[in-house]
Amino acid sequence: MKELSLNILDIVQNSISAGAKNIAITLSEDHKGILTLTVADDGRGMDADEVSNVTNPFYTTRTTREVGLGIPLIKLAAEQTGGTFDIKSAIGKGTTLTAIFDTKHIDCLPVGDITATMTTLIMGAPDVDFTLSHTAPGGNVSLSTRMMRDVLGDISLADVEVIQWVREYLTEQYHNFGGAK
Amino acid sequence: MKSLAELSALRDKMRDKIAIREGNSTTRIVVGMATCGIAAGARPVLTAFVDKIAKAGLTDAITVTQTGCIGICQYEPVVEIHEAGKEKVTYVKMTPEKAARVFEEHIQGGKIVAEYTIGDADVKK
Ligand SMILES: Nc1ncnc2c1ncn2[C@@H]1O[C@H](COP(=O)(O)OP(=O)(O)OP(=O)(O)O)[C@@H](O)[C@H]1O
Repeated sequence: MKELSLNILDIVQNSISAGAKNIAITLSEDHKGILTLTVADDGRGMDADEVSNVTNPFYTTRTTREVGLGIPLIKLAAEQTGGTFDIKSAIGKGTTLTAIFDTKHIDCLPVGDITATMTTLIMGAPDVDFTLSHTAPGGNVSLSTRMMRDVLGDISLADVEVIQWVREYLTEQYHNFGGAK
Repeated sequence: MKSLAELSALRDKMRDKIAIREGNSTTRIVVGMATCGIAAGARPVLTAFVDKIAKAGLTDAITVTQTGCIGICQYEPVVEIHEAGKEKVTYVKMTPEKAARVFEEHIQGGKIVAEYTIGDADVKK
């Protein structure tokens, strides 16, 4: 992947596929440039075996078992900066994935276009409630689709005009954002 | 600043239209958005279509949806155009620029951009 926002898009698709109704995406950067990403969902969850399998790209191939590349790729992206990757999951409860990046490391991917990731996710799963919280010493960005839904009533969040609003809403917030981009 | 108040103005505007929107879409654009598609650049392709639809004021007539991996990862980003009463057309190795052309020539103009379809892209590699 070219940017972390694409890895995020990819792994949040897993949460959607797992039937999550609520997905919380948080990015928080400290004053040393250490960026912690968490994706927490209330989807179907995985048992201990599944968790250890999905993080190992060599475990098996896609043809014999539906193990893909999304998780190994983000794990690699974190570890190549000296960071860490962890999944906590429980069947029927949900999954929380945590990846820690050192944004000062030469091999750290740019964060990239989080706005495009959010609009893509909302368009693809307009009934899921997403929250985004991106904080850094230089500012913060946030979005809650629940709050949007309260205003919009029965209008779909996938509507192109709504999506354009989300894009402008986040773009304006990112305009003044001081964190790693 | 964009605000939730603005969103409520948008809602009021859209409420008026809602009756005529129901089931009115005739064209569906489907973009592959699995790991293979995302890595190959599917996200900006999707955004390009959404922009075109918004600018052309065709939000009622065209929907954009996403799908998983359809098994031709080497041709990603893959885009399918479904039009009522017509056979689906599959475009491969898409870019935002190609998306703009497909939108203008195929979706608006009714003429398939043959050189971007799977058959042609296959032959020319
Ligand atoms: N949040 C989640 N909740 C439940 N299961 C998950 C979650 N994330 C991943 N999984 C399981 O792990 C598998 C592997 O995920 P991974 O992202 O590595 O690849 P994939 O989504 O299957 O395929 P692709 O390579 O096309 O993304 C998924 O198919 C799913 O079974």
